[in-house]
Amino acid sequence: MSALKARQRAAEAPLPGNGPANDDGLQTRSLLRFITCGSVDDGKSTLIGRILYETGAVFEDQLGALKRDSRKFGTQGDKVDFALLVDGLAAEREQGITIDVAYRYFSTPRRSFIVADTPGHEQYTRNMATGASTADLAVILVDARLGLLSQTLRHSFIVSLVGVRHVVVAVNKMDLVGYDQGVFERICAAYRSAVAGLGFTQIRFVPISARDGDNVTSASASMGWYQGAPLLEHLETVAIEAGNAAHPGAVLPVQWVNRPNSSFRGYSGNLARGHLAIGDAVAVLPSGRTSRVARILTPAGDAGHAAAGQALTVTIADEIDISRGDVLVAVAHRPPVRRQLAARLLWTGEAPLALGGSYALKLASSQAHVVVRTLHHGIDVATLAQVPVTGLAMNDIGLATIDLDRPLAVLPFAESTELGGFILIDRISHETVAFGFIAEDDPEPAETGARSESGFAALRSKLRRHAGSPGSARRAAVAGLGLGQAAASLLIGGLVYGLTGSLPMALLVAASDLVLRPVLLGGAWTAAHATWRRRQARNRSLAENVLGDGI
Amino acid sequence: MIAPSHLQRLEAEAIFILREVVATCENPVLLYSVGKDSAVLLHLAMKAFSPGKPPFPLLHVDTTWKFQEMIAFRDQTAARLGLDLIVHINQDGVKAGINPIASGSRIHTDVMKTQGLKQALDMHGFDAAFGGARRDEEKTRAKERVFSLRSADHRWDPKNQRPEPWSLFNTAKKAGESFRVFPLSNWTEADVWDYIALESIPVVPLYFAAPRPVVRRGDAWIMRDDERLPLQPGEVVETRMVRFRTLGCYPLTGAIESGATTLTDIIAEMRASQSSERQGRVIDHDGSGSMEQKKQEGYF
Repeated sequence: MSALKARQRAAEAPLPGNGPANDDGLQTRSLLRFITCGSVDDGKSTLIGRILYETGAVFEDQLGALKRDSRKFGTQGDKVDFALLVDGLAAEREQGITIDVAYRYFSTPRRSFIVADTPGHEQYTRNMATGASTADLAVILVDARLGLLSQTLRHSFIVSLVGVRHVVVAVNKMDLVGYDQGVFERICAAYRSAVAGLGFTQIRFVPISARDGDNVTSASASMGWYQGAPLLEHLETVAIEAGNAAHPGAVLPVQWVNRPNSSFRGYSGNLARGHLAIGDAVAVLPSGRTSRVARILTPAGDAGHAAAGQALTVTIADEIDISRGDVLVAVAHRPPVRRQLAARLLWTGEAPLALGGSYALKLASSQAHVVVRTLHHGIDVATLAQVPVTGLAMNDIGLATIDLDRPLAVLPFAESTELGGFILIDRISHETVAFGFIAEDDPEPAETGARSESGFAALRSKLRRHAGSPGSARRAAVAGLGLGQAAASLLIGGLVYGLTGSLPMALLVAASDLVLRPVLLGGAWTAAHATWRRRQARNRSLAENVLGDGI
Repeated sequence: MIAPSHLQRLEAEAIFILREVVATCENPVLLYSVGKDSAVLLHLAMKAFSPGKPPFPLLHVDTTWKFQEMIAFRDQTAARLGLDLIVHINQDGVKAGINPIASGSRIHTDVMKTQGLKQALDMHGFDAAFGGARRDEEKTRAKERVFSLRSADHRWDPKNQRPEPWSLFNTAKKAGESFRVFPLSNWTEADVWDYIALESIPVVPLYFAAPRPVVRRGDAWIMRDDERLPLQPGEVVETRMVRFRTLGCYPLTGAIESGATTLTDIIAEMRASQSSERQGRVIDHDGSGSMEQKKQEGYF
């Protein structure tokens, strides 16, 4: 048969979805990405292995290999050790632990699932965070015999840190506590209070026995007191919030400039938020230049409109300098452009954070050279308390201020994973040394293309900036200036009294001077400062637009 | 507003990965192995760089034991799409008389495929090579990153992989180091076939059932694609309706008996199947950790 015939066959074949079994909704079936986490020996891999087996994602030949391996490496006696289905590295099989995140795939008639099976050990926190970063939901395993461990809280904190909002607590090994409802209830109550501050929108609890399959894919005969859905049914039906398309204002990080010939110049990237339509007014950040969308190419060809998540190539009406690392945004919804960031860092590097050291930062398609200037505090992941720290070692988390060598368009991580999450790269070893999460409360925006702050928030942040933090040199200087100012006003008042002999007049003049002079001087100072910053920023962006993107 | 389907999300992710490599690497290449995964990968590459062509060549490491239909399809595909195709054969292996029958599957695969691939990458100085491998194929693959860093001598270090949060790929590398990049990491076999049907992507006819000359070897039907396959005592060449779920060197690739002559048939058969697609691959069965070892040595 020729290739042409094959092509004809392909063309004649009806769209998929008519086949039997397992797939009657290719176009509508949704995708749920979830992560499983727990401590060593909580039975994570066993749980995943069982779900894969019971949903038919394990084939006969794989099962045969599994049975052979269970005899060789298994930890379940004569039973099949499902953990060996997912522990794919030789070191994992030999040591009987999960080291690296493994992605597994299964589907039911309702949903397709991608599972990140992640290690529990603290040493592999970065691998867990990697698996959690793309998850919609986390399944956290707790051993019914042991209850909550410091690991449980650490895992919960890390999944909340990387943006997971839905949690299922699977209380495992219920068979080993006699299927006792009291044990289960105590764990539920303890967990709820322990994670109260982590911002989860939904927490579900399911008592299971992963080894025997109770409440995994079907209800347990041994736990009639549990009225909720088995784990898999919950995963099939849980509603996850609408994604990035619900946000107003398009954000398109330019990944690559497509110039196949002199007549076409397109900007390629995946739309991170919102919608884009032909004719939309867009700004290019950080330069702030504006134009309109002329053409939108999607994987299915030319389109009039695109939504978040789609891989696009767009052309714009005007010839503006746009390169990789720039961000095309809706003119009406510009993210702020900043040269300094406050961000939480999850340190993943072998070598600890060097304060004042220089790293490469990658955020969406942008790269910058950065200096981690200040480390404000660490976070003790066992208690979630802020603790004083002088550095960050592997798996530590802390809040830092980072100086960038060029302005970048950013958003708080809580608002946008794409413009709020970044990595730091060691400039010599090229190791990924940190995951970064831009904090809500950012330092002042750079002037170019920046969204103007409004109302109370702007006032508060300006006051804080001008006053400095308690005990700082800046605050002392402000206080000193204030005293000097009062003394000067008093002197002027005394002068007026000496000249006129009128005390009310002298007091009025002194009081007016005290109140009005800072306002007038402050206004003049602010205007001058803003003009200076604008000029600086323009010079900088002109210089930086010619810089390459490499590290 | 309709949420994107599962396949649309996978498609967008793969296109993002393809573009990221082109934007950050100097000299990428697409490892074109002629199978269904390569077909999907190539189709995605055509989309990612449209209206232009993919700004990289295709590389086929020819072990000289591929099915004849694969070679014909490979040449037709490159011509149809107007792409550069580099075909590399390990001439040292040919001179040493390496072949899957006398040398055994392990040595043949290592010399003609793994060493051949390394020769080709070194010869052309490629610093990034796309592959169509998927994480659902094999346990070791399930652990591999999308951007898999290889040392100057092409070794993979499974214990020292870079974390890959969100879609932020660390594309920094030292001189001599390279990436193997897997845009289809999150696709399953079912996704690949559904996408081939949805997008009408041409695939090698060997995937469709047809009467073919085969001999029974162990649990597998081996196709006698040419006269080089010696018959063992008692073996008889029969004509059977067979097809292939996966394609490699013909003496090492088992066919399955099947009546599936259309994509719809194939998809139905796959969903009802009780065995994995790599069951027909002889090289996977040299011990449970053997894929990890091959990958460490530079296998794709």
